[in-house]
Amino acid sequence: MHELSVAQLRQGLREQQFSSVELTRSYLDRIRALDGNYNSFVTVDQEGALAAAAVADARLAAGETGPLLGIPLAHKDIFCTHGVRTSCGSKMLDNFVPPYDATVAIRLREAGTVMLGKTNMDEFAMGSSNESSFYGPVRNPWHSEHVPGGSSGGSAAAVAARLVPLATGTDTGGSIRQPAAFCGITGLKPTYGRVSRLGMIAFASSLDQGGPMARSAEDCALLLNAMAGFDPLDSTSSELATEDYSAGLQQTLSGLRIGLPREYFGEGLDAATGERIHAALALLEQQGATLVDISLPHTALSIPTYYIIAPAEASTNLSRFDGVRYGYRCEEPRDLHDLYTRSRAEGFGDEVKRRILVGTYALSAGYYDAYYKKAQQVRRLIQADFLSAFKQVDIIAGPTTPGPAFKLGAKTSDPLAMYLEDVYTLAVNLAGLPGMSLPAGLVSGLPVGLQLIGQHFQEARLLNVGHQLQQVSDWHQQTPPAGARSAGDSFGFPPALSPAERAPTAEQAPTGGRAPTGGRAATAERAPTGDAP
Amino acid sequence: MTIQQDEIEKIAELARIRIAPEEAAEATARIATILNLVDQLQAVDTHGVEPMANPLGAVQRLRPDTVTEADQREAFQAIAPAVENGLYLVPKVIE
Repeated sequence: MHELSVAQLRQGLREQQFSSVELTRSYLDRIRALDGNYNSFVTVDQEGALAAAAVADARLAAGETGPLLGIPLAHKDIFCTHGVRTSCGSKMLDNFVPPYDATVAIRLREAGTVMLGKTNMDEFAMGSSNESSFYGPVRNPWHSEHVPGGSSGGSAAAVAARLVPLATGTDTGGSIRQPAAFCGITGLKPTYGRVSRLGMIAFASSLDQGGPMARSAEDCALLLNAMAGFDPLDSTSSELATEDYSAGLQQTLSGLRIGLPREYFGEGLDAATGERIHAALALLEQQGATLVDISLPHTALSIPTYYIIAPAEASTNLSRFDGVRYGYRCEEPRDLHDLYTRSRAEGFGDEVKRRILVGTYALSAGYYDAYYKKAQQVRRLIQADFLSAFKQVDIIAGPTTPGPAFKLGAKTSDPLAMYLEDVYTLAVNLAGLPGMSLPAGLVSGLPVGLQLIGQHFQEARLLNVGHQLQQVSDWHQQTPPAGARSAGDSFGFPPALSPAERAPTAEQAPTGGRAPTGGRAATAERAPTGDAP
Repeated sequence: MTIQQDEIEKIAELARIRIAPEEAAEATARIATILNLVDQLQAVDTHGVEPMANPLGAVQRLRPDTVTEADQREAFQAIAPAVENGLYLVPKVIE
């Protein structure tokens, strides 16, 4: 049952082959049995999930037919959930039980989804490997010694390991697309302003954007349909009308012009990864698309530009964590100054503190023009590259990352090496464009991703191209080794309509029973003060 | 630009993050590496380029200045580290 698409799950619910409560129990059982291998959940809300599933069953029985009604889902632990602890991967918010819901959480509950829990992430979404989490790293379901990517690493790993069919993520510089690529799933970062940021704990407010993570473009479209839309409570939410993101999936690719930026295929791209990307592009070409050589000359500058703008905005956003109103407070503060400085020193991890300091420096008197203003000017040049390219092409394509997932610990001692991992994704956030990562096969047993970049508000076109690719390839249906076997699939529903069910190959070592390392217990019961809706 | 340890200490004070004396040298070295990376931007000609704050060129949306929220003080203070009589408690500020 955990191999079924959302459309198939919906059909099973409608035909009463299983109830939402049974479906939810089946996934909760899988999480309990398998997540010790991955550490992808920070909190599992069993009680809340079963209650929500019962509500969904009642709505189904009353004749409601919403596309996500009764479907289980997980939220990245950056989305505030009323009554369920929302940690943002930080000791600072380890005790934080939000008194309100993120708009995304409200919309998805109204759509009838069943939240199973909250997924692990890099602390305050600052990282590309999920190693900066207070709750310990997440392990890549394809290989336990490799990272899942970050910062939405828990969501990506949980979807890849079939612990949940849908998950939310957020993407400030690649945090949906890079873990989607590393874990072999599909993830979409919408246009800036398309999905409400209310209740999504802020990192860099001019870059942050929530989006869907799932196994296929088809499933991402269903999730985006429920997430997207104007929110008067988010001052940068777009008032442009949304569309039905599922409606155009079947559109032909005939005549589609795909730009391949030279800068994304040059030095720094792993050769085997490049081959996978070209193989995926060849499939799009066979479907009628034309590949066009283009240039995005300011690509390399996206790294320094991002590493000024993001820390500067983070230093401002994270000033709210003061140990006074909520979150961590140090023991026995001597005075107010000691309370502030020690609560923040003890509550934040190293990478977060580093970025706050860089951001404070970049915004401080005498340096603002040289750093922040300069970065905002180069940001415009980076966006101009894309706007100029889109005069010649409809979408842009390339690798999501320079190579497959690296090993745990490989880059933790060198922040700069970690920053370079995001070279193909950062510019998309700086320009505010939609970007998507699609599975493009394996390199040494680890997935790599094809990135598609669209024009502002053309999410539907990206999903259409992704869906068409997934009609003629089965990379998105490949299952990581440990996820290939079911924990207890007893409902007799026919197996997923996979054209080629793949057995794990010898080089894909099983992930074994290694316990997650680090911080605190991987899963917790419902937060103590819970008064969930 | 090479940043000095005393500058990092000043920045840490502005950011209200305590840095223990034994951590200051390493923090300075790491931040200097990052600043070295971002200094690449100084070579870019940005003469006449307007800074971009919002990728869609949007401006701040305003709403009528009316009361829209109900009082939720108790819910908000229930998660505070220390409160008394509806007030947040901090160490004594005035002697």
